[in-house]
Amino acid sequence: MNQRQVLQGNIIIAKAALAAGCDFFAGYPITPSSEVAQYMSREMPKMDRVFIQMEDEIASLGACIGASLAGRKTMTATSGPGFSLMQEHIGMAVMAEVPVVIVNVMRGGPSTGMPTKPSQADMMQARWGTHGDHPIIAVYPAFSEEIFSETVRAFNLAEKYWNPVILLLDEVLGKAHMDVEIPEPGSYDVYWEKTNQISDLNIYDRKIGENPPRIDFFHGYPIHIDSLEHDAHGWPSFDAKTVDKMQKLRMQKIYQNLDDIIKFKEYFLDDAEVLIFSFGISARSALAAVKQAREQGIRVGLFQALTIWPFPRAALQERFKKIKKVLTVEMNMGQMKYEIERIAPADVEKQTLLRANGFPFTPNEVLDAIKEFIK
Amino acid sequence: MRDYEKYIRYRTFPTPWCPGCGDGVILKSIAMAFAELKLDPDDIVVVAGIGCSGRMPTYFNTNTLHTTHGRALTFATGIKLAKPDKLVVVISGDGDATAIGGNHLIHAARRNIGIKMILINNGIYGMTGGQVSPLTPPKFFTETTPYGNIESHFNVRKLLTAAEASFVARETVNRLMQLKQVIKKSFQHKGFSVVEVMSNCHVNLGRRNKMKSPLVMTKYIEDITLNMAEYEKLPPEEQESKYPLGIFVENTQRLEYTDMYFNHIVPVAQQSGVKGAK
Repeated sequence: MNQRQVLQGNIIIAKAALAAGCDFFAGYPITPSSEVAQYMSREMPKMDRVFIQMEDEIASLGACIGASLAGRKTMTATSGPGFSLMQEHIGMAVMAEVPVVIVNVMRGGPSTGMPTKPSQADMMQARWGTHGDHPIIAVYPAFSEEIFSETVRAFNLAEKYWNPVILLLDEVLGKAHMDVEIPEPGSYDVYWEKTNQISDLNIYDRKIGENPPRIDFFHGYPIHIDSLEHDAHGWPSFDAKTVDKMQKLRMQKIYQNLDDIIKFKEYFLDDAEVLIFSFGISARSALAAVKQAREQGIRVGLFQALTIWPFPRAALQERFKKIKKVLTVEMNMGQMKYEIERIAPADVEKQTLLRANGFPFTPNEVLDAIKEFIK
Repeated sequence: MRDYEKYIRYRTFPTPWCPGCGDGVILKSIAMAFAELKLDPDDIVVVAGIGCSGRMPTYFNTNTLHTTHGRALTFATGIKLAKPDKLVVVISGDGDATAIGGNHLIHAARRNIGIKMILINNGIYGMTGGQVSPLTPPKFFTETTPYGNIESHFNVRKLLTAAEASFVARETVNRLMQLKQVIKKSFQHKGFSVVEVMSNCHVNLGRRNKMKSPLVMTKYIEDITLNMAEYEKLPPEEQESKYPLGIFVENTQRLEYTDMYFNHIVPVAQQSGVKGAK
C-alpha cells in the first residue's frame, strides 16, 4: 500500500532518488537545498551507498561525473550560486555523455540574491548556462506527488539518454512540508541499463538518433573519456566531419526522442479560449485560479510543463490552433514568455503575469490577471 | 616488447609535447611503475585536467579520463569512492594543481583519499603559451610577467605537509629510475599521495630565461635540486631557491578515506538506527 506522509519537498526528492537507485551523492551546503544532502548523509551509509560533502559545487558535480563513469547512479543538489558554479561540469557531462541528476532548488537571484525566497529565474540558465551548443533535459514538478515521480523520471531520462538532467524545484516547495503519497516500490519504472563487457575503444560508435549504450570504466577493456571534442573512440579530434557527426549524435539522441522525454499536464483546455502557460509553484496558483474562473463561466485552461527543456513546443502549437489568448505566468522578469512568443501564431494574443520579488502569485492575483486579459 | 609498453597506447601517438619535454620521461616512469606492480590495465584509471600534462592520460593503455581545468581530483574522488579497489592516478601540472585546482588539492590531502597524484612542476603554463604560474620562481620572465615575476611561489612540500597529506615526495625528470621508484612507492601507499616532479619547459619558460635548450634547462633543474640532508645544511637564505628531493612524508598510520567510509561509517550507520524523516 502507498504511504501517506507529511514531508518537505527536499526530502521527497531525496527519498525518490534513493528509490530510483541513486547510490552516489556529492554535494555542498546551500540554502534552500541542504535538506537533500542532510537526508542523504544519514540514509545512504545505511544502504551501503556513498555520500560525500565536497569542498564546493564544482567539486560536487565533478565527483558525481567520476562516480557515474565508475558505474554509479549519481545526484547532486544545489541552488542558484552553486548552480552557476556547476555550469562548466554540466558541459563536461554533456560532452562525455555521462548521466547525472542535478537538483536546483531555485532561490531569488542574481548573485547571492534571496536565499530564503523563491523564484523561477534560472529557467534560461538551465537551458543555456554552460557554454557551447548542447542538448539538455530539465524537469520541473509542481505538485507533491510530482516531486517524487519527476525525480524518478529524471534518473530514468539521465540513464536512458546519457545526458545530465536538471531537476528544478521552487524554494517554497523544497522547504514546505506537504501531504504526499509515496508509492510502493515496483509501482513505478526504474530504468537501469546494465553495462556490457567492453571489448573495443569505439565507445561512441553508433547511428544518429540511437541511444548510447552505458559506458563504464573497469568493464574488461580500458577506455578513454574526454572533455575535448572527440571521435567514436573518445580520442580528441577537431576534424570537421567528425565534429559534425558527434554534435548530431549528442543532439539527436534527445531531439529524435521528444515523445519519450516531454511531459506536461493539461487542465480544462478542451473548450478553452484562454490558455495559461505555467510551471512549478506558479502553476499551482494558476490551477486554483482556473478552477475559480471556470465557476464564473470563463473559458480558461492551464498548460503545465513538467519537462521544461526541451520545450513542449509541438503540444503547445497544437493547442494554439484552438485558443485566442495565451497568458504566461512565471516568477521572473520574463523568460519562458519568449519561448511562447517564438511559437505562438500572430493571431493569438499574448500576455504575461510576471514577478520576481520573492512572493509567489496567489490564485486571486492570477484570477485578476485572467479577468483583465479577457476584458 | 618491454614490460611497461603494455601500459602505453601507441595508437594515439604522436604526443603534442615539444621535443625534449620532460613529460615523456614522466609517462615512461609511470608506465614502468605500473609494470613493476604487475597491475591489470583495466584496474587502473588515469585522470587529468587541462594543459600539457592534461593530455598525458590519452597515452596510457589504461582507463583514462581527460577532464576540466584544475578539477581532475574531484572526478578522481568520485571514481575512488565508487570503486575503492581500483588504482586512481591523477596527473596534473603546476597551474592545474595549485592555481585553479588549489582548493581541491588541499582538500584531497585533508581527506586522505587514496588517490595517487603526480604533480608535474615545470613552473609555467606551457600549453597556453608561457604565462606565469603559482610555481614560477620569483623574478622569472614569462608572457604575463614581462618585467619579472613579483609573486612568491608555493612551496608544494610545505603546503601539502600543512594540509596533512600522508605521502609527499619530490623527484626530477633527470633521474628516471629514482622517479619510477618514488612513483611506485606512492602507488603502494594507501592514502593520498603527491609526487612533485621537477620538469623542464625549455620552450615556454627556458626560452625567456636564457635556458632555451633542454640540456641547459635540465642542468638548471639539477643545480637547484639536492637531497634533504644537504638541503638542511644550507643557510635559510640559500634554502629559498633550492628544492630538496626525496620522500618527505610517509604516514601509514592515518586511515584512508574510502576505508573509513566503508569500514567505519557504513557499519556504524547500519547498526545505529539513527532515524531519518520517516
